[in-house]
Amino acid sequence: MNVNKYKNGTELKVEVEGRLDTVTAPELESTVKSDISDISKLTFDFSKLEYISSAGLRVLLSFQKIMTKKGEMTLTGCSENIMEIFDVTGFTDILTIV
Amino acid sequence: MKKITVTADVALLGEVNAAIDSELEAVGCPMKTQMQIDIAVEEIFVNIAHYAYTPENGEVSVSFELTEDRLARITFEDSGIPFDPMAQPDPDVSSSLSERQIGGLGIFMVKNSMDNMHYEYRDGKNILTIEKKL
Repeated sequence: MNVNKYKNGTELKVEVEGRLDTVTAPELESTVKSDISDISKLTFDFSKLEYISSAGLRVLLSFQKIMTKKGEMTLTGCSENIMEIFDVTGFTDILTIV
Repeated sequence: MKKITVTADVALLGEVNAAIDSELEAVGCPMKTQMQIDIAVEEIFVNIAHYAYTPENGEVSVSFELTEDRLARITFEDSGIPFDPMAQPDPDVSSSLSERQIGGLGIFMVKNSMDNMHYEYRDGKNILTIEKKL
């Protein structure tokens, strides 16, 4: 998994490439959490995300809970396969996906 | 039938996924199905790694076979504490953000993506089988 972060004022954009699974999800969690306290807008670009398992969903859920209280969080570029995972698990209702 | 036996440790997830992936690729499994199977294997293996032998360590064997009518069958065997993942309640996927619980999501994803799932406890072993038509 590869993560690229772009910070612009109170906005953080995070590109995630590869797999978000049990092994890599903790890495994403710590890299985003290091910036999350001073941002009000968090955007994930998932156009190069190939795979997400429940570990990845758990990390997204924890970010969503934080951002709901102080701003917004959006996901973009999700492939059909990724969208299907979100649909089945009800995450399309919890996350903002554009 | 191909089989690998590893310590039930999350660090070995990559090895297990790689072994299953190479079997799937060898039989021309479509990409989307491969992803669903990968997720199922991850969820099950991680559950075994976290709960079966805690706090000690133990082994899990993962075997793969493809039946004549192109049904991929993956079987997990461990000698940990008896645990039937199919007896766990599903998470409430209609619940709101504030109510959302973390637990149970992994097995729920397995149940939703696999065609068949079967559990038995026999001769001191948890035996969990998942099947998916390729």
